[in-house]
Amino acid sequence: MTKVSMTVNGKAVARDVEARRMLVDYLRQDLDLTGTHVGCDTSQCGACVVHVNGKAVKACTMLAAEAEGAKVTTIEGMASSDDDLHRLQVAFNDHHGLQCGFCTPGMIMSAAALLSENPTPSEAEIRHYLEGNICRCTGYHNIVKAVLAASGQDSAALAAE
Amino acid sequence: MPKDSVIGDGQKRREDKRFTTGKGKYTDDIILRHQTYAAFARSEVAHGRIRGIDTSAAESMPGVLAIFTGDDFVEVGGNPAGWLIHSRDGTPMTEPKRPVLAHGKVRHVGDAYAAVIAETPEQARDAAEAIVADIEDLPSIVKMADAVANSDNRVHDEVDSNICFDWGWVEDNRAAVDEAIKNAPHVTTLELVNNRLSPNPMEPRCSIGDYDTGTGDYTLYTTSQNPHLTRLLISAFVMGIPEHKLRVVAPDVGGGFGSKIYHYGEEALVLAASKKLGRPVKWTSSRSEAFLTDAHGRDHVTTIELATEKDGSFIAVRTETMANLGAYLSNFATATPTFLHGTLMAGNYTVPNVYVNVKGVFTNTVPVDAYRGAGRPEATYSLERVIDKCARELGIDPIEIRRRNYIKPDQFPYTTPVALEYDTGNYDAVMDKLEEIADLQGFDARRKESEANGKLRGLGIASYIEACGIAPSNLVGALGGRVGLYDAATVRVNPTGNVAVMVGAHSHGQGHETTFPQIVAERLGIPVENIEIVHGDTARIPFGMGTYGSRSLAVCGSAVVRATEKVIDKAKKIAAFMMESPDGEVEFDDGVFSLKGTNKNVPWGDVVLKAYIPHDFPIEMIEPGLEETAFYDPVNFTYPSGAYACEVEVDPATGKVEVKSFAAADDFGVVINPMIVEGQVHGGLAQGIGQALLEHAVYDADGQFMSASYMDYSMPRADDLPMYRVDHSALTPCTHNPLGVKGCGEAGAIGSPPALVNAVIDAIQHSGRTDVTHIDMPLTPARVWSALHDK
Repeated sequence: MTKVSMTVNGKAVARDVEARRMLVDYLRQDLDLTGTHVGCDTSQCGACVVHVNGKAVKACTMLAAEAEGAKVTTIEGMASSDDDLHRLQVAFNDHHGLQCGFCTPGMIMSAAALLSENPTPSEAEIRHYLEGNICRCTGYHNIVKAVLAASGQDSAALAAE
Repeated sequence: MPKDSVIGDGQKRREDKRFTTGKGKYTDDIILRHQTYAAFARSEVAHGRIRGIDTSAAESMPGVLAIFTGDDFVEVGGNPAGWLIHSRDGTPMTEPKRPVLAHGKVRHVGDAYAAVIAETPEQARDAAEAIVADIEDLPSIVKMADAVANSDNRVHDEVDSNICFDWGWVEDNRAAVDEAIKNAPHVTTLELVNNRLSPNPMEPRCSIGDYDTGTGDYTLYTTSQNPHLTRLLISAFVMGIPEHKLRVVAPDVGGGFGSKIYHYGEEALVLAASKKLGRPVKWTSSRSEAFLTDAHGRDHVTTIELATEKDGSFIAVRTETMANLGAYLSNFATATPTFLHGTLMAGNYTVPNVYVNVKGVFTNTVPVDAYRGAGRPEATYSLERVIDKCARELGIDPIEIRRRNYIKPDQFPYTTPVALEYDTGNYDAVMDKLEEIADLQGFDARRKESEANGKLRGLGIASYIEACGIAPSNLVGALGGRVGLYDAATVRVNPTGNVAVMVGAHSHGQGHETTFPQIVAERLGIPVENIEIVHGDTARIPFGMGTYGSRSLAVCGSAVVRATEKVIDKAKKIAAFMMESPDGEVEFDDGVFSLKGTNKNVPWGDVVLKAYIPHDFPIEMIEPGLEETAFYDPVNFTYPSGAYACEVEVDPATGKVEVKSFAAADDFGVVINPMIVEGQVHGGLAQGIGQALLEHAVYDADGQFMSASYMDYSMPRADDLPMYRVDHSALTPCTHNPLGVKGCGEAGAIGSPPALVNAVIDAIQHSGRTDVTHIDMPLTPARVWSALHDK
């Protein structure tokens, strides 16, 4: 067993884990932060995306030990408080950007990384950036609208509706 | 709250807060005290005889608590087929046993033959890998034509061929259809493959068995679209656990699309293992296991013939299909290619003669069952593709040939030659709407623009009809269904006037927690916030059949209406008593009961309180309390319909197809929450476009599944898809349910594949290759390039 310490959503945490423990299992099993999901085993679906030192990372593909000392943010850490949600969380609700909700945490974490890199992305840039997050429910239409709206742009302008 | 603001209001979803903040509770998020973990040893060959399974090494590995093989389940029942199909000669289909764990033979790659229970998931997986199976390779049966032709090599030794059934619909039509086609002025023939798909809800399946050694009660937490149906299957057929000793909980479920309707062996295994160990046992599927075990969809090979007059009037349709059932009969595998497929083969059209023949075929592949649309996409694809080809042959515009043959509004109710009675519809109005929202007038200009950029542009049109609101129990019973397909709801008014509604439908993305309160609020005149929906737990909800077949609102929503009406009827009696006129006529409007012909009235809250605090109450006439249950069994299917238009650009240099626009005009009847309905259409379109362009579950000749990961199976991603134009305003209300609703969940996946393929063929034909009349899905760059460039 190896002791792995990091800061998750602003709190210092430490757990003794097997060396092969993946970051996603550390979050889900050891810290009970089950908002981060596992949707595949080939690093393709993006349901497990979290931020490690500000960068979007697929937590299924990173050992917990590699995040030793890092600052990690998960979906549970995105809202300032229970009634002050992150603008992406609000926009996904406003624009029906989720159905079953399983991909949503990873989708929001990726979209947040996009907006920090590119505050006013175009439709094409949003679609390209979210290529590593698979959603089976929405057909992406309303996800694109939600991200656009969260960036302060007019989502009505692009929707062919 | 005024009534009119509730129905038709695109209210934001109350579900979203928990999902957007990571507080959803999916099955794998549940951690029970002293939980153990299951892992399965699965066949690496498609077909083999089990000579022996050596578990000795695995038994001594760290953390291992128990190991199960097929021998442990010989005494329990098999996972049953829910629908009995009779062949054309009247004989019943063959029903080989589907065991919990493979016994005697393995029949597809991924077929589980052993399971390990251990303290951690890693220990369970390590030990499962250490199990040594001595399996004698048998020749694999992969292609349906081979399976049909060769009865000596069989998937199931105990039946005499690989053909499960040879079904004709309607058999009495056969001679007339043959004659009509023989004498027709024009016959268009098309051979096509409806590609095999893996449903791929983003949440992999997960099950936790929890046996209480004190009470003898079992609880199963599982990823199910229909917890009562799962309990019934486990109790009555597989494990023999009485229903009152088994609770099935389907908490938040991350999508289903059909694949989570069915009972799977892993559910039985975790229950048996929990009983043996006296501890909870959890199994969580990996995505790789999901590909190898979740029931697949589609996989038909069809020849369709369309006979017409020279003016394009339809005379007859005849189809011959081989439908892949895979290695075992999944619960509704036999209904999907038959009654959900053959009955739709008249489409939206007046075609006097229709005959459908389907052979259900066993192969050494993953079982195939209903996947979003379930039979209806296959019917629509065959019909709408052959109509398109026919239109080209006759030189008729693809919209015109459809309009020329549409059933007209004054012909409803309309009985088709394949035994459905469509209650209502207006297909011309829907097509008018499509022409408007798709801006078809502007297509020629857009084509010129594409051509200026070196691209080919095509326009594809398709109509569809589907039978939803599944289903009238007496009808399905007459056709071989072994279950009733009603649904149920309990409306419990709490003493202070707020309401809990327990429903048999299950929400795994459909937004029932938002939509169902809207229909109750409209009737009770109370705010939606005061109404809570309870679903997904057999201990809390009445016996309903769950969510599939675009049925939730049409069937369960109707049960909610009926139960609400019962509540109002009882509350009126209480109100009449309170207004000192027990026999008086009471009206209820906007949350207020009033005595007709007087100025007396009492509000909702007072009546409810009286029901629960019956100090001064006519208990000899009315029971206390205010809670009612209704079961609703529909009298007919509902018939949503639509017209879709797809525009594509094809790059002649690479064969790559880009969907430039997609427009969908649908008639779903009355729409309760347009925001949610549009979302359902978007998702269905994405899955249909995925089928047409990207997705394919590919088996090689040995039965190895070649595309069993997201590295190989091409899921539609954000940059593969356009913004959609959708409209549902050209509506005709369903005539036979109290909401006038038809269902919207599957439409997008049904109408979009033929529209897209028709568009690509249009692009290719317009480039001068008029000899290219068909390309099988998925329309990969390689296939399209070959079609364009092969001479």
